[in-house]
Amino acid sequence: MTNLELQKEAVKVRKGIIDGVHAAKAGHPGGSLSAAEVFTYLYFEEMNIDPKDPKKPDRDRFVLSKGHTAPGLYAALANRGYFPVEDLLTLRHIGSHLQGHPCIQHTPGVDASSGSLGQGISVAVGMALSAKLSNEDYRVYTLLGDGEIQEGQVWEASMFAGSHHLDNLCVIVDNNNLQIDGTIEEVNSPYPITDKFAAFNFHVIAVEDGNDFDQLRAAFAEARETKGMPTAIVMKTVKGKGVSYMENAVGWHGKAPNDEEYAIAVEELKKAEEALCQK
Amino acid sequence: MSEVKKIATRDSYGNALASLGREHENLVVLDADLAAATKTGIFKKEFPERHIDCGIAEANMIGIAAGLASTGKVPFCSSFAMFAAGRTFEQIRNSVGYPHLNVKIGATHAGISVGEDGATHQCNEDIALMRTIPGMTIINPSDDIEAKAAVKAAYEMEGPVYLRFGRLAVPVINDRDDYKFEIGKGVVLKEGTDLTLIATGLEVAESLAAAEKLEAEGISVEVINMHTIKPLDVDLVVRSAAKTGKVVTVEEHSIIGGLGSAVAEVIAEKQPAKLLRIGVEDRFGESGPALKLLEKYELDAAGIYKKVKAFL
Repeated sequence: MTNLELQKEAVKVRKGIIDGVHAAKAGHPGGSLSAAEVFTYLYFEEMNIDPKDPKKPDRDRFVLSKGHTAPGLYAALANRGYFPVEDLLTLRHIGSHLQGHPCIQHTPGVDASSGSLGQGISVAVGMALSAKLSNEDYRVYTLLGDGEIQEGQVWEASMFAGSHHLDNLCVIVDNNNLQIDGTIEEVNSPYPITDKFAAFNFHVIAVEDGNDFDQLRAAFAEARETKGMPTAIVMKTVKGKGVSYMENAVGWHGKAPNDEEYAIAVEELKKAEEALCQK
Repeated sequence: MSEVKKIATRDSYGNALASLGREHENLVVLDADLAAATKTGIFKKEFPERHIDCGIAEANMIGIAAGLASTGKVPFCSSFAMFAAGRTFEQIRNSVGYPHLNVKIGATHAGISVGEDGATHQCNEDIALMRTIPGMTIINPSDDIEAKAAVKAAYEMEGPVYLRFGRLAVPVINDRDDYKFEIGKGVVLKEGTDLTLIATGLEVAESLAAAEKLEAEGISVEVINMHTIKPLDVDLVVRSAAKTGKVVTVEEHSIIGGLGSAVAEVIAEKQPAKLLRIGVEDRFGESGPALKLLEKYELDAAGIYKKVKAFL
């Protein structure tokens, strides 16, 4: 896909996030929006997957370790064709297959149940190890929040991945710099993030703008070529990206827009889409 | 009692894994730096490439097992019960239980019979923790033969299983031709009419010995080996409680949340009977030789006999 095509898909993913969270009257828009590009890139460009065969044994796997940003994952899956885009409006509703946090038993295309922070990366490590044990060549991707890496289990998993040379594993850290109680520095700074993963024997790629497809493309290509060690892509992003009043605003971590705010977001995304169509 | 063969069920666990490993390529064993103690070292010797030592990082071990299970392997996670169930409760609940993954947890060194290591390592709460996880199967085998059968049955069923093993060598009591192990089916070892003793794990042998003493005094005791705590054999509990009207549960676990609680729930709801729960009271253990501890905490045959006499 061209960057322009990917950008258009990312706008659709953003729309899906806003629609879903607004319909649910709850959810986590900020960290879903900051990762809209990476969700889009993984599902539309990077991963070997087939929406018609979600359980294809040789598929690449994705574990959303920062499971609260499920609205972003769901929007990517829906737009990629795993299930109807209209389903996004059932997010968090009784009986919906779109649970507040991802679950493999409910949603087509979800590879791991996650949402309790720090646990998803271990599951991803297990999947990568499994491929190594049986000489399969699928790759495993997992997305973590920068606040999430305060969890000790993240470093247990990282130590294991580095120690076992899991070069089929790509850990992505969404460094939007905000968590619930404030900036990650104010709360309990995990910086320097890149040095930490390097110390755990990862090949580390620092992405200056994780909302830019050129930079994501280059990073994932480099990860794919890296042999003998896992890769950590630490990407700086803007929390709430694409909806002006949510950008870099700590309050939009886990809050749904009201009708008025929703209308503004929809209008902004419509303009973004129109601008892309004129390119 | 005549001299009987004694084997610790942790040894049975290691041996059963090795034997199953020969038949099943997808069986993978995980440990957390305790392979010598949990006896997964037996498996490791034969299948080093399928033995993954996760180091002292149990939470990650459970997550890795979830990843392995979701890609078609059958992982057996091994550690002491304290860490396998205690430290990683939430990982088991969310990464394994909620997605109902095919992960087996082999927890050794359960109960106070860990002995000298003392209270920090004597897990009397693991069954209580695991019982609350929807879809979790819990098996607490009574001897070597049952432990091996349990490991095989756990492999053969789909879904998460918590297997509880001990450090202490315990008498082999199931060495008979008609022995059959079925998950969720309690075994009536001895029929009786005055009292039902429902025991699990190493307490089955102790309860049999206690029953022998009681029988000598003319008390007719029904002894049930309840190797599966969840799903509990409700029908058997109801049937026996209806017959005897007096039920005593015996376990090397806290009287809160384990077999005693499970049976109490059934009795209260379905078949009222007089009930006594024998187990570790609401307290921590302590250091000491395992047999001395079982004696002190009145979890040996003499202790059970004494408590039952007072109860009758």
